[in-house]
Amino acid sequence: MFALRDVTKVYAGKPALGPLTLDLPAGRTTALIGPSGCGKSTLLRVLIGLVAPDAGDVTFAGTPVTPATARSVRLRVGYVIQDGGLFPHLTARGNVTLMAKHLGHNRTVTEARVTELAALTRFPADGLDRHPHQLSGGQRQRVGLMRALLLDPDALLLDEPLGALDPLVRADLQAELRVIFRRVNKTVVLVTHDLGEAAYLADRVVLLRDGRVVQEGTPADLWHRPADEFVTRFVQAQRGPEVPA
Amino acid sequence: MRRLSLPLLLLAVGCSKPADRPVVVGAKKFTESIILAEMGTQLARDSGVSAERSDLGSTLTIWLALTNGDIDAYPEYTGTIRKEILKDDATDLDAALAAHGVRMSRPLGFRNNYALGMRKDVAMAKGITKTSDLRHHPELRCGFIPEFLDRTDGWPGLKRHYGLPQRNVQGMIHTLAYRAVVEKAIDVTEVYTTDGEIAQYDLLVLPDDQNFFPAYESVWLYRADLDVRHPAVVSSLRRAEGRISEAQMQRMNSAVQREEGRRSEGEVAAEFVRGELKVEAVSSDGTSTERVFATTWEHLQLVVPSLAIAVLVAVPLGVLAARRPLVGKLVLAGCGLLQTIPSLALLLFMIPVMMWLVGKGTGAPPAVAALFLYSLLPIVRNTHAGLTGIPGSLRESAAAIGLPPFAALWRVELPLAAPTVFAGVRTAAVINIGTATLGGFIGAGGYGKPILRGLDKGDLPLMLEGAIPAAVLALAIEGLFGLIERAVARRV
Repeated sequence: MFALRDVTKVYAGKPALGPLTLDLPAGRTTALIGPSGCGKSTLLRVLIGLVAPDAGDVTFAGTPVTPATARSVRLRVGYVIQDGGLFPHLTARGNVTLMAKHLGHNRTVTEARVTELAALTRFPADGLDRHPHQLSGGQRQRVGLMRALLLDPDALLLDEPLGALDPLVRADLQAELRVIFRRVNKTVVLVTHDLGEAAYLADRVVLLRDGRVVQEGTPADLWHRPADEFVTRFVQAQRGPEVPA
Repeated sequence: MRRLSLPLLLLAVGCSKPADRPVVVGAKKFTESIILAEMGTQLARDSGVSAERSDLGSTLTIWLALTNGDIDAYPEYTGTIRKEILKDDATDLDAALAAHGVRMSRPLGFRNNYALGMRKDVAMAKGITKTSDLRHHPELRCGFIPEFLDRTDGWPGLKRHYGLPQRNVQGMIHTLAYRAVVEKAIDVTEVYTTDGEIAQYDLLVLPDDQNFFPAYESVWLYRADLDVRHPAVVSSLRRAEGRISEAQMQRMNSAVQREEGRRSEGEVAAEFVRGELKVEAVSSDGTSTERVFATTWEHLQLVVPSLAIAVLVAVPLGVLAARRPLVGKLVLAGCGLLQTIPSLALLLFMIPVMMWLVGKGTGAPPAVAALFLYSLLPIVRNTHAGLTGIPGSLRESAAAIGLPPFAALWRVELPLAAPTVFAGVRTAAVINIGTATLGGFIGAGGYGKPILRGLDKGDLPLMLEGAIPAAVLALAIEGLFGLIERAVARRV
């Protein structure tokens, strides 16, 4: 679905990405994982043209992603950012339907879609007319997810969608996201720094370090066939709770 | 282009003259001129047309208004016509005026000559009895109105003609100069020989013993086309020819100026027109309530269009400034620069500019233009601040869901910046209401009119008639905007 060829990006003289060559296959859930500053969020932005690479090519479903095509690509790709990125002046419904309104879609159809998505994300119906500041963190993420899914995109990108939530809400949402990803059956690209979350939600993992791919494969590959010492250390750093004796 | 020309269009429409407008008699901003113009207005009405008085500013302003057709007639003095308006010693005034499309009536009777005045005791102590005696007293302190300091038939010419040595010369308004002489803060001021204050303060008028000042016969100046449009008005105005004596004029001036039992110009004029010319007349000054309503309406006509046009221009400028940081710096610096120009200077500067732009250099247009320029900065700055203050994540969010730049601006950024933009409009509105009172200086009407006239006459109640409603209007607008702002903020 997404293909990157020799993509590089330099920020203020420091290489942020690449050179990087990577395929994100259609219909699969891929987790981009790695330590802070490894370039995983930049990579996600490059995919929909929010960040233009300095060199290399990015294609989406065979179409090159350029400033000229970026907008049509964005209409086919849903995007969820860490704090939800909800517009504070609009209600939950206003946020979800903003793009449909801009495109002049039929209101009845849009409303039906909102109802469908609220059911999918288990968002309470009476919350639709609330403003973002009246919603809990988990609810805001559900609204962000509904907004990303409204136009029934081919792909869904999520940038640390659960990063800011407390552990219980996070665990609940992880379980729900897994169900949702299966039900919508889309190409999903998920950025996280938590290997456990990646393994739970994704069927493919891409481990990044300093803007380059260190290893890609199934979560199990990282545990059982680490490509190098860094992968081993990264896997071991993800420890579970130590139960006192 | 379309967005640029809309404000100009609005301005032009706001400034156009209706076809069936009333006959307008102009007045300069001093008692005698206002009384005479009021008589003219009442006489014009007597001929069956609707007529109104318009209190304008200096000789230059009123002459411009006459030749431009904003007013139809006004009282003037032959000396001023010769020295100040035509600026040469035309032998035939009628012919010279005709070249400008203006006609002159026969003299109204009295002369209002320039002269210098002093306290009698001061003059006596120094042995001064006539103007040429001043040559030997360089220590004398003089206070003249700014116009007198500039006019060729004023202080510069007088000084040269008599070889006067005085160097302590300051500009001050006429009423203040009289007070200053009485209180011995200055020794000499210029007087008009019909001034009510001469008798009131028992001043010595120094004879012009070397004949410097030209004769200032009072006359009507009127547009030649008034003879065609309203011949009855012209003949009605001319009924005053030769009918007003110097003593009568002095009494009328005094009735308006004196501190006790002061009367309005309109009443004084109406009494004269009824008594001497046997014409049924009523003052066009109205009651104070009527005047407050009229000035409020005039004031709003300055404030509302200037603010509306400023919003139309400043919000896009603020957006541009936020989008293009380099242009933004220039725009903000430019608006800031405008704000540093003293308001009165900007107002006066707008007279020729609006003359050139919309063909009307007096009254409301220059005031609206100046207020428009003043309103720009708060709105541009707040629009810029409101837009640049939006978190980057929200702007990215708008782009990421596929909104094109203009839709992102319209649906996300401007609504988010709205409370800040609104606060800017509110600041501009309040500044605008205050600054609009300066419109009184150029005959734009509004609250400035009673304030300035009150200052001129030393008439506190008249001053308050402008100052109090101005303060109330500012508070009301502030409150109204506060309510709207809260409603807008609730949505965000």
